[in-house]
Amino acid sequence: MSEAAVKTTARKSRPKYLNLQALLFEIRLPLPGWVSILHRISGAMLFLALVWLLWMLDRSLASEAGFGKIKHYAGLWPVKLSLLVLVWAYCHHFCAGIRYLFLDLDKGVDLENARLSSWIVLAASLALTVFLGWKLW
Amino acid sequence: MTGRTVTGARYGLRDWLAQRITATIMAVYSVIAVVVFISNKNITYSVWRDLFAQGWMRVATLLFAASLAWHAWVGVRDILMDYVKPAGLRLALEVMVLLTIAAYVGWTIQILWR
Repeated sequence: MSEAAVKTTARKSRPKYLNLQALLFEIRLPLPGWVSILHRISGAMLFLALVWLLWMLDRSLASEAGFGKIKHYAGLWPVKLSLLVLVWAYCHHFCAGIRYLFLDLDKGVDLENARLSSWIVLAASLALTVFLGWKLW
Repeated sequence: MTGRTVTGARYGLRDWLAQRITATIMAVYSVIAVVVFISNKNITYSVWRDLFAQGWMRVATLLFAASLAWHAWVGVRDILMDYVKPAGLRLALEVMVLLTIAAYVGWTIQILWR
């Protein structure tokens, strides 16, 4: 480390406390951190949406009329948009989960590969969302 | 009994392993489900009903639901352990989550074998 760099590091005020401002503007979350927090957020979203999804499965299998209603309901744009967000949440949770399984096996734990696989997870889940959205509607 | 709380983890490998095994089961089901949906051009009510009328589909879906129940429980419990510090509140929320998940599994069985 150069002398200037040492000086800059020394001037930072420590200890650093976590507060909303620090979390939003001062601490930059590294890419694998984004994959991690999105894994958690997408998981929570899917759990909260379960009741809604189960209700739709229930109605769609109950009768022909119920199926027709759900098909129409799923075509409304706010419903469509919400479903698309959930499709993304599922895809992200799926891709990030596979990445974690590899990390558990000690594969790709070095910084370079961890960053690369994080990019792949983010890109693949978005691409899958677009593909499934296009296929479903 | 130092530092052990009733709302903490069970200090074992079991849930960690269950999280991964259930994830794998759901991943396999998801891939099969996507292939089935994409290969069916136009899904009408009869196609949809007949798909879920098949024994293997019902059992596979129940297996998926059971995996999801366990997986979601471990995941939601992890979130509660990280963000909800008062033990009483956390316990109450955990009980609510467990009851909700149990109800969902019951509902799923009702949907599949109506």
